[in-house]
Amino acid sequence: MKYLQLVWSAMFRRKTRTIFTLLSVLAAFLLFGLLDSVRSAFANAAGSVAGVDRLVTVSKISFTLSLPKSLLPRIQALPGVATVTYANWFGGIYQDPKNFFANEAVADNFFDVFPEWQLSAAERTRFHETRTGAVVGASLAKRFNWKLGDKIPLQATIFPQKSGANDWTFDLVGIFRVSNPKQQSQESVLYFNWDYFDEARAFGNGSVGWYLTRVADRNQAQQVAQAIDALSANSDHETKTQTEQAFNAEFVSQYGDIGLIVGAIMGAVFFTLILLTGNTMAQAVRERIPELAVLKTIGFSNQSVLGLVLAESVLLIVLGGAIGLLLAGVVVDAVRAAVGEAVPMARVGASIWLRGLGLMVLIGLIVGALPARRGMRLRIVDALAGR
Amino acid sequence: MAGTHTRLRSAGSLIGSLIVAAASIGVLVLAPWWLLLAGLLLLAVWMAATRIGRQAWSVSEVGMATIPQRLGAASVVVVGIAGVVAVLVALLAMAAGFEAALQQGGSDDTAIVLRAGSQTEINSVLDHDSAVLVAQAPQVLRDAQGQPIASPELVLVAALPKKSNGQDANVEIRGVGEHAWSLRPGVRIIDGRKFGPGLREMIVGKGARAQFAGVDLGSTLSLNGQTWTIVGAFDSQDAHNSELWADTDVVAATYRRGSSTAGVTVKLTGADAFDAFKAGLASDPRLRVDAKTTRSYYTDQSAALSKLIRILGITIATIMAIGAVFGALNTMYAAVATRSREIATLRAIGFRALPVIVSVMLETMLLALAGGLLGAAVTWLLFNHYTVSTLGANFTQVVFAFQVSAPVLWSGIKWALAIGLIGGLFPALRAARLQITAGLREL
Repeated sequence: MKYLQLVWSAMFRRKTRTIFTLLSVLAAFLLFGLLDSVRSAFANAAGSVAGVDRLVTVSKISFTLSLPKSLLPRIQALPGVATVTYANWFGGIYQDPKNFFANEAVADNFFDVFPEWQLSAAERTRFHETRTGAVVGASLAKRFNWKLGDKIPLQATIFPQKSGANDWTFDLVGIFRVSNPKQQSQESVLYFNWDYFDEARAFGNGSVGWYLTRVADRNQAQQVAQAIDALSANSDHETKTQTEQAFNAEFVSQYGDIGLIVGAIMGAVFFTLILLTGNTMAQAVRERIPELAVLKTIGFSNQSVLGLVLAESVLLIVLGGAIGLLLAGVVVDAVRAAVGEAVPMARVGASIWLRGLGLMVLIGLIVGALPARRGMRLRIVDALAGR
Repeated sequence: MAGTHTRLRSAGSLIGSLIVAAASIGVLVLAPWWLLLAGLLLLAVWMAATRIGRQAWSVSEVGMATIPQRLGAASVVVVGIAGVVAVLVALLAMAAGFEAALQQGGSDDTAIVLRAGSQTEINSVLDHDSAVLVAQAPQVLRDAQGQPIASPELVLVAALPKKSNGQDANVEIRGVGEHAWSLRPGVRIIDGRKFGPGLREMIVGKGARAQFAGVDLGSTLSLNGQTWTIVGAFDSQDAHNSELWADTDVVAATYRRGSSTAGVTVKLTGADAFDAFKAGLASDPRLRVDAKTTRSYYTDQSAALSKLIRILGITIATIMAIGAVFGALNTMYAAVATRSREIATLRAIGFRALPVIVSVMLETMLLALAGGLLGAAVTWLLFNHYTVSTLGANFTQVVFAFQVSAPVLWSGIKWALAIGLIGGLFPALRAARLQITAGLREL
């Protein structure tokens, strides 16, 4: 630490060059912050589900096909099953297809299976008592400025009413929150009563989209899943039961390999960055050879010269990178405030910072390695003579 | 007093050069290729014909001859810009490829009719009577036997393991009517044969065959306890390549859909017949349907994702470009600094400022061009026709190939030149303002 001032003044020996280099580093880590935020959002969607104690049962052919409701008592009767609930995808549009958010018809006991969705007891009762009632997540309510008591019209894309009309109107009776920040995307859903949905829809009555089963003992999840699938084996509605986590991971992977795309772009960015700052550091050390020789003359050891140069390059990258990540945090917050969950972006939190700082130090060391070795190995006599 | 004056002047010249830079980038981005070529020719003529032009050429020659001596610094400009161009071109090629895959499937003289409000085929359910009514519309073209050319189609989804990661992904199964082939003349059987009507046989699209495991010729699929055989493979050169095709009636039976379909695709008597066709359906009280030309149907499906990819590409490239600009500035300022004695000497023996500016600019632009070409070439080699798939509007995988086309490459080159322009302009101006006496003393 006592050499910080020395390193600092060496770094700003050529102000313009250092500032330009800092700005390049800043741009690279701004990009890293933004892309890693998107990548984390997808990874969270795939892997952040609270427990493996929930199983998802969908049609084996594809989750777009429905299952008979007659499976419900049979699943409920299986040993190891604590609670079973069911839901249907509705796919309604609010005003404009651009306003996309998930909306689902759910059974009475849906919130028993999802204890992490926090809905007050009063609002829950009102949801059960209001036939056309709906509850929404807090982020969604904020995005469209919905208040309790509002009427929310949805245009059906799949399920018209018995009259053939596509207009469905719901009464907002509750707003739920999700405590885990990683699951914030789950707050962008609208739920309404399955009983009302099933009575009013023109076709598909008596069938459900998927079953959600809470198992009594999470160590038995695999056995219970197999038992559920065995119920309909060789029938004309075979099922596929997975843990919620596996189901989500499979779904997210269908969008494409987000990690690979982000990795490829960041590879290009950091390769360029290493070359660029490496060149700057090489220039900086080349100019300062006589100064380094003086340092050695007055007693600095080879190792401390090596350390000084390495410290300078690490400091350069960390300084630029930290400002870049801070900026990325501001941008991500602004985007999230403006469009909500429409753009999948996770907050620039501790894990992104940790990865970022790790990369900064690593790149700093790579960039500084060659110039630092040169500084360490220089011979005082030659360097002072300008040879 | 003098100090303020100088500061004012330098602030003024900074603003001036910023305006020049912005204007030239505007011209560069908007200009078509022939305008830039004309500009290049004009520059060549100027360099060959006028005295000051010849001066500029000889200064530039000296500058470029010294590039090999500062290869490290020069490669910062080249590689920095190559990175920007590579990422930009790859993402634009991805958007173009997705768009092309979906839009090639559409035309103005075929129309798709779905249940009102459905938006996509997977959401739509059309009962048998409506499907027949739609096909009877007077604007629907009839074949030699007097049958309307209409294909009642059913779109369903099956989960199959992907070859790449073994995880299940959704593949689209399309039940088609007998007229599907005359509706889509581009579809060719490339292997095996067509499915037989009424049989549990399927043909697989070229893209689906490449992405999914277990759909090769002769393999069998089990759907709802029934066994299907793959008897052929087809190439449609559009989004249908991501699908499996079978007879509508047999698919409907397997999926317990009764006699309903998702929608009807019809051949119209001409592109101009669409409006009358749509109006006719809308005024029929027995029908609740939406009609679209297949072109607008597929354009709507591709619009959101390709726009998203483009915005993403341009945002990422802009941030990378900012980084590359500062890299180029560093390199070129250093280049000017090392040449300051030479530049001062030239000025002292009578060279004007303009040739010096031109030479620095020319050098940067050439390095930038090299970077742009390098980045474009790398992307072209790695990604042209690189095939990927993503989730499309029917909740199924849409297989598409990157299209590293000429317009995409050209916009990459333009970005490279724009970065070179900014990266060169400020060092060039500094070189021109260099104090001759100070420069001569420089070591």
